Amino acid sequence: MIIKERAIKYGDNVDTDVIIPARYLNTSDDRELASHCFEGLDNDFRDKVKERRIIIAGNNFGCGSSREHAPLSIKTSGVKAIIAASFSRIFFRNSINIGLPVISSKEAADFIQDGDELELDLSSGKIKDITRDKVFEINPLPEFIQSIIKSGGYINFVKEGLKK
Amino acid sequence: MNDKTKFQTMAQKILGYHCGRDHVSEGEIVNAGVDIVLGNDITLPIAIEEFNKIGTERVFDKEKVVVVPDHFTPNKDIKSAQQCKFMREFAKKQEIKNYFEIGRMGIEHALLPELGLVLPGNLIVGADSHTCTYGALGAASTGVGSTDVAVAMATGKLWFMVPGTIKFIYSGNFKKWITGKDLILHTIGLIGVEGALYKSMEFSGPAVSKLSMDSRFTMSNMAIEAGGKFGIFEVDKITEEYLKSRSDGNYKIFRSDPDVEYEKVYEINCSDIKLQVAVPHLPSNTKNAEDLTDIAIDQVVIGSCTNGRMEDLKITAEILKGKKVDKNLRVIIIPATQNIYLEALKNGYIETFINSGCVVSTPTCGPCLGGYMGVLAEGERAISTTNRNFVGRMGHPKSEVYLCGPAVAAASAIAGRIATPEEVI
Repeated sequence: MIIKERAIKYGDNVDTDVIIPARYLNTSDDRELASHCFEGLDNDFRDKVKERRIIIAGNNFGCGSSREHAPLSIKTSGVKAIIAASFSRIFFRNSINIGLPVISSKEAADFIQDGDELELDLSSGKIKDITRDKVFEINPLPEFIQSIIKSGGYINFVKEGLKK
Repeated sequence: MNDKTKFQTMAQKILGYHCGRDHVSEGEIVNAGVDIVLGNDITLPIAIEEFNKIGTERVFDKEKVVVVPDHFTPNKDIKSAQQCKFMREFAKKQEIKNYFEIGRMGIEHALLPELGLVLPGNLIVGADSHTCTYGALGAASTGVGSTDVAVAMATGKLWFMVPGTIKFIYSGNFKKWITGKDLILHTIGLIGVEGALYKSMEFSGPAVSKLSMDSRFTMSNMAIEAGGKFGIFEVDKITEEYLKSRSDGNYKIFRSDPDVEYEKVYEINCSDIKLQVAVPHLPSNTKNAEDLTDIAIDQVVIGSCTNGRMEDLKITAEILKGKKVDKNLRVIIIPATQNIYLEALKNGYIETFINSGCVVSTPTCGPCLGGYMGVLAEGERAISTTNRNFVGRMGHPKSEVYLCGPAVAAASAIAGRIATPEEVI
């Protein structure tokens, strides 16, 4: 799978309260959640995401709450992948489980700048910064996690398993 | 397997036991059976939708799924009411034994231990990040998302990566008023908000054996604020005493091998720890309360899954007794469960709180996450015994939360600014 998109860059410790403030958690409607995505951090996100759909971030992205509403609101906003120096454990799991590609690469996250054009090849494990002409190799995810992504998320993966 | 790797931590042993193996290695992914699956009114509605997609008719075990409407209850608005109704109907249809309606409920992480639903050696998952609280009982317990809970409800199993362990050895004596909150804030300040990312935090040492269960719950509760997967204590006399009236003693105790190799070991002398406050906007921004006494406060919150237990209310009552809270601030006290509320009432604490000018609320997570029952306006500042001080956590994006234990919260309520108990009593 190749994802060609421009970057929106944020800093360290982007927490789930700024991704989707708790006052909006009285619904599980993904469109409604997406309409408040990053409201606590960046009021221009709604406009930016129309043209830029890869998020770049620093350390500990998604720290805080276990709310799956956070990756769900990001995914429903149209974001195709998140590349961060590191992810909080639960956010990482939640993203994999709903089929939102999350890539840990400190090198790439440090280098890529806001607005850069990127080409992300998940199958060969490469991130290309087209704007700055540099390629990063990604550490492959464990096989088990890759198979969840291939199934399109954890629910599909489990359904396939139950059929066998 | 060489000599060193044959030894295991508590986290490894509990995960191994739940997938029927004598040994599991750090970094390995295992599919393990869970003892308890927990959901609340925010996370369970999504989990139910995902559960329905899997196509299994029934939950794997109606006694092992626990459902607690605690975040936005009693229902704060129509949408929350709809969410709760959806969850209640699911619990009824699935004949969930441990569904706790308001009036019987409490904040989930105070309620489950109180009722003996979580025990040493258990493997527990909950769609709430503070599920790590039960590590205080020697359990491997962690927060997951709604999809994970859906799968766990359907199959009774879930994938886990076996974490490495960081050991914290606490020694020395506690200064007056110091509780588990000061220890854990100090620890998070030391290692940072990702200092234990993906890791199991093991709390040990001679000072720990002097800590109450309530203080231990507070410490395990905030393991997630350092990025931790588990926050585990070994079972000792205090744990067993706590469990005596809550279980039939039918649980398994796991201990880390004495010669096991930890990823890191921190030695912390508690004699040096003063009352702690985490200033905005990260729980790791810790300072001594005595250095912050010029900071004015608009609201005090005492409660939550972190600090809404008896020990917290007792300390609060001791400091507030016979005094009035400052007239320029609001004080909201939230006993974490109905039982704690009732005991506080019998002990006269509730009367003290009301006489001092505090609001006393039915159990709810409410203000901790800016839900209701104490939301902050633009520019307002709260000091709170809760667990997070992120931007906008308790309300307006331009409001601020300072985190502390019950003693500093109660003293600040009287002073109208951040204060230590010595200043007000």
